[in-house]
Amino acid sequence: MSAKHAVTSLVLAGAVSTALATLAAAGPLTKAEGEAAIAAKKEKCFGVALKGQNDCAAGPGTTCQGTSTVDFQGNAWKFVQGGTCTSIELPGGKKGSLKPI
Amino acid sequence: MRPEAGLSFAASFAPALLDPARHTPEIVTGPNGKAANRRYDVYRNNVTVSLIEALAAVYPAVQRITGPEFFRAMARFHVRNHPPASPLLFEYGRDFPEFIEAYEHAQDMPWLADVARIERAWLDAYHARDAAPLAPTRLSAIAPERLADAVFIPHPAMRIVRSPFAAVTIFAANRGDAPAERIDASAPEDALITRPELDVAVRHLPAGGAVFASCLAAGRPLGEAAVSALDASPEFDIASNIAGLIAAGAFISLAAGDT
Repeated sequence: MSAKHAVTSLVLAGAVSTALATLAAAGPLTKAEGEAAIAAKKEKCFGVALKGQNDCAAGPGTTCQGTSTVDFQGNAWKFVQGGTCTSIELPGGKKGSLKPI
Repeated sequence: MRPEAGLSFAASFAPALLDPARHTPEIVTGPNGKAANRRYDVYRNNVTVSLIEALAAVYPAVQRITGPEFFRAMARFHVRNHPPASPLLFEYGRDFPEFIEAYEHAQDMPWLADVARIERAWLDAYHARDAAPLAPTRLSAIAPERLADAVFIPHPAMRIVRSPFAAVTIFAANRGDAPAERIDASAPEDALITRPELDVAVRHLPAGGAVFASCLAAGRPLGEAAVSALDASPEFDIASNIAGLIAAGAFISLAAGDT
């Protein structure tokens, strides 16, 4: 291995030992705890997982989709500030925008 | 109705479904041979709407970020350029993230394609084969001197999505209907998607975690994966990443390797 870092078997054994101790100590969060933590925005690396909010069940094709909307004709572009994108920022004050560029 | 010479009925009927500029196929007529444009339009509309609805069902966070009108217009362009290749509707839209990335009107939202990639990985994890996650005791059974050669078998639902933007935070904030708060999109985030039981879970990976998990998922031994992760991110922590991946249900099995 032509790598900058080396991981000796001693280091690895220590890490695995620590990992196993962590796993033994931290029982899985209950559902309620997980939801409370998400609500409090305490998501951290490898911390609380966001469970998929399963509104759409198994995805498309599993329900009878209504087709009353007329969607097939349009080619016109509608720029409507309807979403949450304007709350998402990039450095330099650039925000998500639905305006043509 | 009779198909045009040499073509099956479907081959005559289908091409104009996704192209409003084309005329109603000649094989489609009303009583006494009258034009049946409005009748054919019903089919055009149902095909288009059902495919847009399919994309909206797979990519709800993207729709919430853009708003439904932007989303439906973007989806319609995609539907017309990329008709389904499979009769399985849950497979549809796999190339939608790449479409978003190249889409001229979404260039101000460079994180959007990565949010879509996480949503696609979510659905793929949902439909992946069931498997029991690796029990930590399997790891403790390996002799310390053989740990570097240990090889992990990934769970069928495990996915990794890497992003130069805060795609995980944006995804998490938009999968539900919580009020939108300011998000700084500039922090790179990598996502780990797993489904140890019935619920799909999306987690942040810490620094080096995506390299580590990807190496292990590709079948590289533990020692090599740890070195690659440290090379990518000097702050990579081996112990917390091993613990995190096992707790997340990223693996199903472990081989001690040959010595």
